[in-house]
Amino acid sequence: MNLQAQAPLTGAETALIDLFAQRCNDLPGNAGAVSARDKAVAALKANRLPTRKVEAWHYTDLRRLLSSVPAWRADAPAKPVDPILPGARRFALVNGALAETPAVDGLQFDAMADSLRADVGGVTLEAPAEADDAVGAINTAFVSDGLRLSVADDAEIAAPVEIQSVHAGGQVHTRSQVTVGAGARALFVDRHTGTDDAVLASNVTELTVRKGADVTWIIVQEQGAQASHLASLGLTLEEDARATVFIANLSGRLVRQEVHAAATGERAELAFRAVNMIGGDAHCDVTLELDHLVPHTTSTETVRNVVTARGQGVFQGQIRVAQPAQKTDAQMACNTLLLSDHGGFSTKPELEIFADDVVCAHGATVAEIDHDHLFYLMARGVSEKTARGLLIKAFVAEIVEELKDEALVDALEARIDAWLEAHG
Amino acid sequence: MLEIRNLHARIAEDGTEIIKGLDLTVNAGEVAAIMGPNGSGKSTLSYILAGREDYEVTQGDILYNGESVLEMDPAERASAGMFLAFQYPMEIPGVATMQFLKVAMNEQRKARGQDELTTPDFIKRVREAAATLNIDMEMLKRPVNVGFSGGEKKRSEILQMKLLEPKLCVLDETDSGLDIDALKIVADGVNALRGPDRAIVVITHYQRLLQYIVPDTVHILSRGQIVKTGDKELAAQLEAQGYAGVIEQAA
Repeated sequence: MNLQAQAPLTGAETALIDLFAQRCNDLPGNAGAVSARDKAVAALKANRLPTRKVEAWHYTDLRRLLSSVPAWRADAPAKPVDPILPGARRFALVNGALAETPAVDGLQFDAMADSLRADVGGVTLEAPAEADDAVGAINTAFVSDGLRLSVADDAEIAAPVEIQSVHAGGQVHTRSQVTVGAGARALFVDRHTGTDDAVLASNVTELTVRKGADVTWIIVQEQGAQASHLASLGLTLEEDARATVFIANLSGRLVRQEVHAAATGERAELAFRAVNMIGGDAHCDVTLELDHLVPHTTSTETVRNVVTARGQGVFQGQIRVAQPAQKTDAQMACNTLLLSDHGGFSTKPELEIFADDVVCAHGATVAEIDHDHLFYLMARGVSEKTARGLLIKAFVAEIVEELKDEALVDALEARIDAWLEAHG
Repeated sequence: MLEIRNLHARIAEDGTEIIKGLDLTVNAGEVAAIMGPNGSGKSTLSYILAGREDYEVTQGDILYNGESVLEMDPAERASAGMFLAFQYPMEIPGVATMQFLKVAMNEQRKARGQDELTTPDFIKRVREAAATLNIDMEMLKRPVNVGFSGGEKKRSEILQMKLLEPKLCVLDETDSGLDIDALKIVADGVNALRGPDRAIVVITHYQRLLQYIVPDTVHILSRGQIVKTGDKELAAQLEAQGYAGVIEQAA
């Protein structure tokens, strides 16, 4: 007998368990997938949603923050929106189902739902191995569809590719798998957008960058103000692979974006950037785990946060350098502009280094707007609101502009401008 | 145009009184020099005119065209036509100079009920003004003052002054850090702005700048007060006798 009385299920936990009972027969998958889903829900029931006592969730008490779970809506009206980049090819997931798949030279795709049903390409759904993987558990239980995409070896995909998840509220659980073949180049926009109706959205994406490939992966999270958005990006970098991962969190009520990355091949390079615009009552958590497993890999991580109103932000950045990973170079920085007495930001950098010949550093700052800068701009007739907007924008634009691609910089800055207009 | 009456002001943070009963009148069309030794309150006066929050006016008033500016924030004062050329212009990473100039010009135009400038019109104005100050357009693509040399910063201040066309220009130690060639360019830029509708206040420690920007009146600031007023001969007298001698005579 378990002597420690377990806390009663919360409303959200009960709703998830009931929803699973109601939906499980309609979710796609073979016997293996069914078993994985069952295990995931059993784990959720046994472990509950994580609280701050679970280390990985210390600053994001999911059990408390996920206060309610909306019902599943089969017939919610939603349709794809214009891609953020001109000329982009759009793959659309509408209400969690793959709905639009353009033909693009050098790209092959399958629907995740088909793969789950038929064991195509060795896709198997597995319940998360780790007890604290709440994002994985929820997604495994409820995933309805997604995109499996592979870029052919040496292909140069000229047009940007936008993978767009659009919905009209309710429950949206998608899973994608993207492989960029050896020597290939591609730019992806992984976009999550919705209405202001309540939604519980989860997404798990596995991105593999093969030998010598170069990929830019832009996550644009612009869910509605009532959205709970739980996402996880797995990233594997093979030998000489280069990846730029840029996360723009622009909305959402409760956001957890995890990135689990591993440099598995020598000379792999990762540039990890995140811009988190956190206003209203939003809680936004970006959690990065990065393994440098082999010698001569480099990574830079820069996170810029703007917090207004009652916004709460979190960045957890863990870099692990394995014993063989000599000559690793990893530079992490997290800078926050805290613009409200009622907002907050928690940063937890962690370096775990088992190799002795490495260069690793991390730094974190929290500041207000520089009063001297504000005075200088105002002394030229720029109103306080505009001056503050310019300075906030400059703070985040520094890392947006690193992206070089002019259309991409413009598209992201336009979204940041819109956010500032709404929250300034 | 500018009338300062019995001004008393202190540092907001620690209450140290810097300006102690200062009176000064500058008329339209006039170029007034304010000279004073280190620590006399010259820079403080310029900041107070611009509306910097770090200082508190405890007594007296500052009238601009007959109206008190004490309740106006720095942006409102600038839009009303007041301009401070900073002794130490601030570096603002991430804000491109061109963008800053455009926003500043258009915000002022907006505040005055004028239409925004079109981009070609804006660029034409900047190009013309920059050419007279020997400013390379490439420099203006960089963030505001970031990586500018001392001389570039000062020329950039004068460029802003030309573009914003203020009515009251306050130049705080504009000569500091300038070599003689840069000083001439800056002085020419200022002289070009002289006109019957405009007043210019030149704050300086040395008489050197006043050889190029010849003032109509010279005021000596000491310990937070104007202790002596004269014409350009007063500046020459200072050069010959030093501050100690002239201030002693005044007291």
